[in-house]
Amino acid sequence: MDRIPILRMGQFLLVTIQVDMHDQLALTLQDDLTTRITTSLAKGVLIDISSLEIVDSFIGRMLGNISSMARVLGAESVVVGMQPAVAITLVELGLSLTGVHTALDVEKGMELLRRFIRADSQWNSSDAHFVEI
Amino acid sequence: MPTLLKSEKLEVSEERHIVTVRQAVRKVALEIKLSLVDQTKLITAASELARNLLIYGGGGEVILEALKEGVRNGVRVHFVDEGPGIENIELALRDGFTSGGGMGLGLGGAKRLVNEFELVSAPGKGTHITITRWK
Repeated sequence: MDRIPILRMGQFLLVTIQVDMHDQLALTLQDDLTTRITTSLAKGVLIDISSLEIVDSFIGRMLGNISSMARVLGAESVVVGMQPAVAITLVELGLSLTGVHTALDVEKGMELLRRFIRADSQWNSSDAHFVEI
Repeated sequence: MPTLLKSEKLEVSEERHIVTVRQAVRKVALEIKLSLVDQTKLITAASELARNLLIYGGGGEVILEALKEGVRNGVRVHFVDEGPGIENIELALRDGFTSGGGMGLGLGGAKRLVNEFELVSAPGKGTHITITRWK
């Protein structure tokens, strides 16, 4: 069966979508990613869609689902590299990807994920401090 | 009446065919030299409608046409099924309305992405949707 590879880099999972995804492939990716987040205890997921020529409502929904599922599992996610034509089309289609973090490219996306993790660990340490008192 | 430059028929009976439709529409859109944004809009609309054809219409056919009208060229795509048809067309076109568990963006969204949109349907008589994007 077709699968989109998920790479692990430290606390992050990286996915680069380079094929024209059929619906089942998108669903498989959703399942695989959630499984990998739990098994690898990843803190962040980066999805690069710079090669995607279109994002229709199905793929848009998948991106939204991945972001919500990741959050429930304690990880943040960011979608990077959306082509301008795709962004224009998505908004006109009526999909605004509410709740999905986006960044222009992989580098900015990684920066965003690191910031999320930093904020998260600060919160945790202040919480621990509170418990000590 | 526009002149037909080229026509192609595709069958949509399983999910993978949605990708085939997208690729075929892209090819014609490139031949007609639609701008990148127009191509993207047309392919996205075609993807939504091909999925509808499969989910709600139980499959059917997609007919792709390259057109010429005066100085302008265009791409027209027909989505034809012999499924249950649409009872309330106005409601079906409204954003957020779905009878199939989707997001309800398909029809209304697809309509916004093209220059011309025509929907002919009646209960028990199938559905025929035609979209056109001009250069």
